[in-house]
Amino acid sequence: MKLFLSQKFNTWKGWLYLLPALLFLGVFMLYPLVDVFIYSFEEGYNSASQTYFGIGMYNYSYVLHDPYFLQAVKNTFLLVLITVPLSTGIALLISVGLHSIRPLRELLQTIYFLPYVTNTLAVGLVFMILFKKTAYSDGFVNLILNWFGAGPVDFIDGPYWAKMFVLCFYTIWVVMPFKILILTSALASVNQDYYRAAKVDGTSNFRIFWKITLPMISPMIFYLIITGFIGAFKAYSDVVALFGTDLNAAEMNTIVGYVYDMLYGDSGGYPSYAAAAAILLFSIVLTVTCLNLLASQRKIH
Amino acid sequence: MEVTLQDLTKTYPSRSKKSRELVVAVKDFNFKIPDGTLIGLLGPSGCGKSTTLNLISGLQKPTKGKIFFGEEDVTNLLPEHRGIGLVFQNYALYPHLTVKQNILFPLENLKGKDKLSKQEMAEKAMDIAKLVQIEELMDRKPGELSGGQQQRVAIARALVKMPRVLLLDEPLSNLDARLRLQTREEIRRIQKETKITTIFVTHDQEEAMSISDLIVVMNKGIVQQIGNPQAVYDNPDSLFVAKFLGTPPINVFEGQIKNQHLYIGEEAVLQLDPLTKEHTPRKVFAAVRPEAFVLKEDGPLSCKLSGVEVMGRDVSVVSTNSASLTPKIRSIISAENKLETANPVIRFALRPKKVFLFDKETEKRIYVNLVSQSEGGMA
Amino acid sequence: MSEYKNMKKTARIKEVAIKSVTCLLLLFWAFLVLFPFYWMILTSVKSYGAYNSEYIPKFYTLAPTLQNYVDAFTTVSLGKYLSNTLVFTVITTMLMLAVVILAAFAFARLEFKGKQLMFVIFLSMMMIPNELVVITNFVTITNLNLRNSFAGLILPSVMSVFYIYLLKENFEQIPDSLYYAAKVDNTSDFKYLLRVVLPMSKPTLITIILLKVIECWNSYVWPRLITDKESYFLVSNGIQEIRENGFGRENIPAMMAAVVVISAPLLLLFIMFHKKVMAGVSRGGIKG
Repeated sequence: MKLFLSQKFNTWKGWLYLLPALLFLGVFMLYPLVDVFIYSFEEGYNSASQTYFGIGMYNYSYVLHDPYFLQAVKNTFLLVLITVPLSTGIALLISVGLHSIRPLRELLQTIYFLPYVTNTLAVGLVFMILFKKTAYSDGFVNLILNWFGAGPVDFIDGPYWAKMFVLCFYTIWVVMPFKILILTSALASVNQDYYRAAKVDGTSNFRIFWKITLPMISPMIFYLIITGFIGAFKAYSDVVALFGTDLNAAEMNTIVGYVYDMLYGDSGGYPSYAAAAAILLFSIVLTVTCLNLLASQRKIH
Repeated sequence: MEVTLQDLTKTYPSRSKKSRELVVAVKDFNFKIPDGTLIGLLGPSGCGKSTTLNLISGLQKPTKGKIFFGEEDVTNLLPEHRGIGLVFQNYALYPHLTVKQNILFPLENLKGKDKLSKQEMAEKAMDIAKLVQIEELMDRKPGELSGGQQQRVAIARALVKMPRVLLLDEPLSNLDARLRLQTREEIRRIQKETKITTIFVTHDQEEAMSISDLIVVMNKGIVQQIGNPQAVYDNPDSLFVAKFLGTPPINVFEGQIKNQHLYIGEEAVLQLDPLTKEHTPRKVFAAVRPEAFVLKEDGPLSCKLSGVEVMGRDVSVVSTNSASLTPKIRSIISAENKLETANPVIRFALRPKKVFLFDKETEKRIYVNLVSQSEGGMA
Repeated sequence: MSEYKNMKKTARIKEVAIKSVTCLLLLFWAFLVLFPFYWMILTSVKSYGAYNSEYIPKFYTLAPTLQNYVDAFTTVSLGKYLSNTLVFTVITTMLMLAVVILAAFAFARLEFKGKQLMFVIFLSMMMIPNELVVITNFVTITNLNLRNSFAGLILPSVMSVFYIYLLKENFEQIPDSLYYAAKVDNTSDFKYLLRVVLPMSKPTLITIILLKVIECWNSYVWPRLITDKESYFLVSNGIQEIRENGFGRENIPAMMAAVVVISAPLLLLFIMFHKKVMAGVSRGGIKG
């Protein structure tokens, strides 16, 4: 029902209500979105004099040949490929377990959510201390390893695989709350009648999970995989938390880290390179997301 | 306040994009509502009654026509400037405010010379609360009230600023049967006491008939008949109005006028007043009110008995007749009448004042004087 | 008969076994989640000397001390970081609320030309990743000479398109008749928004506030880019500063005390409102 309520008056009034949002959106999102593409094509941009030599693909070429960038791409891909499947799988396991018990469910759910509300930087520091081996102490994790007869490893300043392990471990710890929350609410929304019907037919628990539960929550799982990919590709602050701000030296930089380093910091002052790297990152993310969506359309009913 | 509707018309563009046709919600509504009366706008859903109410309130703008409150043309006035009180079907009480705050809400909007002091506002709110008898509920939230109480609060909120016209949209439809009866009496009382011109919309004919000074029966955007409830019931202008008013509904038969008699099927059930001029034979719809039937052993209309429902004081006899347009005929007879249920065929005589004839094409009333067979026979 | 009983018995045993394994798994994960919190609190009450003499870390301490907390506030500017973050969080959240409420109300209630188009544009903004726009924002803020200022910190952090969407959906659930009732009583749109819409949308508003506060309190990237003066550091940058330059050589207990102080406000907030926060996150499905 379209109503006659001071229509003439409302036309400018609606825009007036929208104005603050439009201002913020225009200045800090829309304009920058266009601008970042312009930056990425301006060669030899100097941020002090705000001049550039020409237009072209040089910035992209520079970034793609920069060993730091290639290292960052390698790190990011490793992190994505390891943490996304692992965290989704573990979250599924935990959510199904959580769904099958009555007592303590709410308490456990709340506990599992804690990492979501903690400061990534602050808790990352705790992880660093747990894993770090110093002259004074091998640290907590090495103490555990020692019980199993494994030698002390420096997870923070040591070999590459050890550092990658800590990073993946912490990343999973950080992303888990969100995934568990989404999956438990997806499980709770499955109609109980399906389970009752299957039980009456004598279906085994495993079969019930495989044939009923999983298909029912598959849209949510795909949603988590897609957002997981996007989130992991943008990893940065948890890496800083573990290895400090000089990530290139630690061989632990990520693509987003590379962008920020180019923009600001000891090696900063190159917004054009940063823009090119950022656009490269988002073409990767966009491609992967599209592939994911294609795959999900085939598999989800 | 006298309310005048002049050629009031509202059309919408059609929902489907292909057809350019306009949907007509209200067409050429002309009516002068006398000051201080209670008007019931009545009709099936989609008949345009709610649109009419929205036009009067200003929530919708007419396509054509004018609305006057007294001498003032309010057609182009915004709802907030019309000085109306509006009660919604779902009451539309603000759930987070107490009853008192709800009633005060319209008063707090008054500005300029109309502005009231806190004291005056509280007094007004209390007066109106007393009028609708909710003064002991003032500190509760709407969620803690029964449907009937919420309805009273809604009426109080609409009345507190002393509107020129009070509009009620299906005010009783969310109440259960017993409360509905009680609340409609209440609305009648409040209206009588305040003497505010009140227009209410309903699809329930019984509700409209029981409390209105005048009812307006609408169908498909067109006003069918206006009049006081009893007059409309006793003298419907069209088959639609005859069918719409009355419970159980009126029985409609295929009939014929020939030989100065009304025939239902092959049976001549009533005679045309012999004093009037001769009628040419024609086919008609004969509508017979349930209370028109009288059990009579040698009655002219024979029906097959299919059941009897005892309703307390009265008995409802359900029967069938091949000329009937509805599968069942419902007739109401006094319980004192003995009914031989063993006999499958029952015979009725009809009360001529409760039988109406309508044209088969236009469904408009054919005004003829009918008289009973016997009277006719005597003449 | 006995065969059936046996079957029942084995089924029962199997069920109990599965249940126990499940419980163990769940408790193990709870332990993994809680342990870092335990360790940070434990370390924060160990004395500097005791901590550094433990070559093999101890799981408990018999001589807890609060000295580290005193150090955290005196040796480094933890108090300043906290107050900066508080100011940043409160102002950003309040500005966000004002902007978002007005926009959501316009979309949900007001009729104006171009509304549908604007809404589609707003929705598509949700897909723009922060990392893309941060570069220009950095340049913009630098050119405006707003580095190391609250304005520079706050302005680009205000907008959250998603909350406009969430709130609009919520506003639309309020029955139209309330609006018409208010209109008939000569209520202005703005008053209707303040007196009716906002009180009725309190649960959603609280959820939005909580999510935004969490986001602000934990934000790291933008503050790091835009501040290099310690007097404008937020807690995230503060903790990084403490780690790299604070407390002289490796005063880990004091560092942990700072971590506890930084984490405590959000943890308390979460404990008070855990249902709301979790409901909000599962509805919104976003991580700031």
